[in-house]
Amino acid sequence: MEYEAVIGLEVHAQLLTDSKIFCGCSTRFGAAPNANACPICLGMPGVLPVLNRKVVEFMMKMALATNCSINGQNVFARKNYFYPDLPKGYQISQYAQPPAEHGHIDIEINGDKKRIGITRIHMEEDAGKLVHDEVNPSSYVDVNRCGVPLIEIVSEPDLRSAEEAATYLRRLHEILVYLEICDGNMQEGSFRCDANVSIRPKGTEPFGTRAELKNMNSFRNVQRALEYEIKRQQYILEGGGQVIQETRLWDDSQGVTLSMRGKEEAHDYRYFPDPDLVPIEISDGWIEDVRKTLPELPLEKRERFIRDHGIPTYDAGVLTSNRALADYYEEAVRLCGKPKIVSNWVMGDLLRFLNEEKRDIRECILKPSDLAEMINLIENRTISGKIAKEVFEDMYRTGKAPRRIIDEKGLVQITDEEALKKTIGEIITANPAQLEQYRAGKEKVFGFFVGQVMKVTKGKANPALVNELLKKMLAG
Amino acid sequence: MKITKEEVGYVAHLARLEFSDEEKEKFTSQLNDILLYMEKLNRVDTTGVEPLTHATFLSNAFRNDEVKPSLPHDLSMANAPEERAGSFRVPKVIE
Repeated sequence: MEYEAVIGLEVHAQLLTDSKIFCGCSTRFGAAPNANACPICLGMPGVLPVLNRKVVEFMMKMALATNCSINGQNVFARKNYFYPDLPKGYQISQYAQPPAEHGHIDIEINGDKKRIGITRIHMEEDAGKLVHDEVNPSSYVDVNRCGVPLIEIVSEPDLRSAEEAATYLRRLHEILVYLEICDGNMQEGSFRCDANVSIRPKGTEPFGTRAELKNMNSFRNVQRALEYEIKRQQYILEGGGQVIQETRLWDDSQGVTLSMRGKEEAHDYRYFPDPDLVPIEISDGWIEDVRKTLPELPLEKRERFIRDHGIPTYDAGVLTSNRALADYYEEAVRLCGKPKIVSNWVMGDLLRFLNEEKRDIRECILKPSDLAEMINLIENRTISGKIAKEVFEDMYRTGKAPRRIIDEKGLVQITDEEALKKTIGEIITANPAQLEQYRAGKEKVFGFFVGQVMKVTKGKANPALVNELLKKMLAG
Repeated sequence: MKITKEEVGYVAHLARLEFSDEEKEKFTSQLNDILLYMEKLNRVDTTGVEPLTHATFLSNAFRNDEVKPSLPHDLSMANAPEERAGSFRVPKVIE
C-alpha cells in the first residue's frame, strides 16, 4: 500500500529583544550561570511581571508577514507543570484566543507553489537550562534563559513529506531573520522545531496516530528525523501493528527516533488566565503602524529580482537568502547597472571568500560601490577580467578602492597596439621552433604564444587584442 | 457527588501534595460543596456576556525594552538548597 505523511510543525523562535519578556534582565546568550536573574524570573512570591511592549510588536510583525489575522483582545495564561527548568511551577504562555491565527506562507517544491497554513502564533516565556551530571544523580539549573521572549508558530498539518517540512522551516526561518526579530541561530537554540507526524494510506482522509518529534537542532536533522519516522511508522503498519501516540527524541548519532518514556504520564497543564498580567488590546491603528515597518519579504524580493534584474531563479534565490546580501547586491547594481555581472561576482568570489572565513556580508569591508566601480573598469577595458580577479581579492582583503589597487600595482591593461606588437614580435623571434609548428598546422601552439605574451606582460595585455595581433603576426 | 476521591488524589498529585485516606475523604466532601455552589452560578444566564478574565478594567500595561541590573549572583542563589559552579543543584531529572 502507498502511504502519505501528514506533518505539522511547531516552531519556537527567540525574539531579539534586549531585555526579557516580563522583567528587565538581559537576554544575552552566554552569560555566567544565573547572572541574568531577578526576583521575577526566579519566581519569587509576590512579584509582578510587566510585559515588554517590543515582544507584542515583534509578534505582530511575524503575524502580518505570515498573513495571520490579529486578535484585538488577548490574555496570558499559566501553563502549570513541575520541572526545575521553570522555578515558578508554571510557564506564562497564551492559550485560548491566540493573538494571531489563520495565516499562511507559500513554499516552492520542485518549481510548484504550495500554500502552508499557519494555525496560530502566540507569545510565551522560555524556560531555563538544565545540565545533567554524567556521574552524580544531580542536575544543574541555570535560569538565564527563563523569561527570554519566544513566539510559538504552529502550522496546519499541511506538509506531506520531510522535504516539504524542511522547505517550510527554511522559509519561516528566512522571514524571521528578514524581520530582524530572531537571530535564527539553531545551535544556540534561538530557533527550535518540534514536529507532529503521522501517516495514512494515500488518498484517504482520516489522520493516523501521530508521534511528536523533538530534539532536532538543524534543518538537516529535521528532514532526517522525519524521513526516519515516516519509514518507522510505515514498517509498523505494514507489519499489522499500531502506531502509539508518544513523544520521540531524535538521536543524531544513531540516526533514529527513540521513545521518550517516563514523561508520558498524561500532561494536564490546567491552563488559566494569569491574574498578574492585564489583557492586551491591539487597536487597528497599532497594527497599521507595525505594518508600515515591515521590510520587503524574501519571496517578494526573489520575484522582484527575477523580474527587474532579469537574473536566473537560482541567482535570485541565493542573493535574497539574506537581507543584507540582497541589499549589497542591489546597491552594486544600482551603481553599475550590470545585474548579471554583479550577481556572478557576489555569488562567486565574494561568497566564496566569506564562506571560507565564515563571515557575514555585514562584516565585509569591500564596499558595493567599489565592486560596481571595478565592474565599470572591466567594461571600459581598463583592466581585463583576469586582472579583475586579483583586484577583487585585494579589495576584499584590504577594503581599498579598485583604482588605488590598479595604480599601486600597475595593473592597467595594455591596449597600446604598438607596444604589444613589439612584445609579440620579440616572442615570435625567440621561439622559432614553435612558430614552425604553428605554420605547419599545429593550431594548439597558439595557446603557447598567448601564454608567453601574458607572462611577459604580467597578465595586463588586453586578451582580445593579443588574440587579434598574434593571429596576424604568426601568419606572417 | 461532583467529584470522586480518585480525582482528588489526581489533583493532589499534579500539585505534588500527599494526603492520607482520611484527608482525601474530607477534601472530596469539601470540594464537592464548592463545586455544587459553582453549579448554582452556572445556572445564571450569561448569553451575550463576554468572558471576564480580570477583575480590573486595565489593559496594555507595558514596559519598554530596557535592561535593568539583575540581582547579584549570591543573592539569586541565597535560597538554593545546594549550589554547584554557579548553578542550582537539584535531584537528577531526565527528559
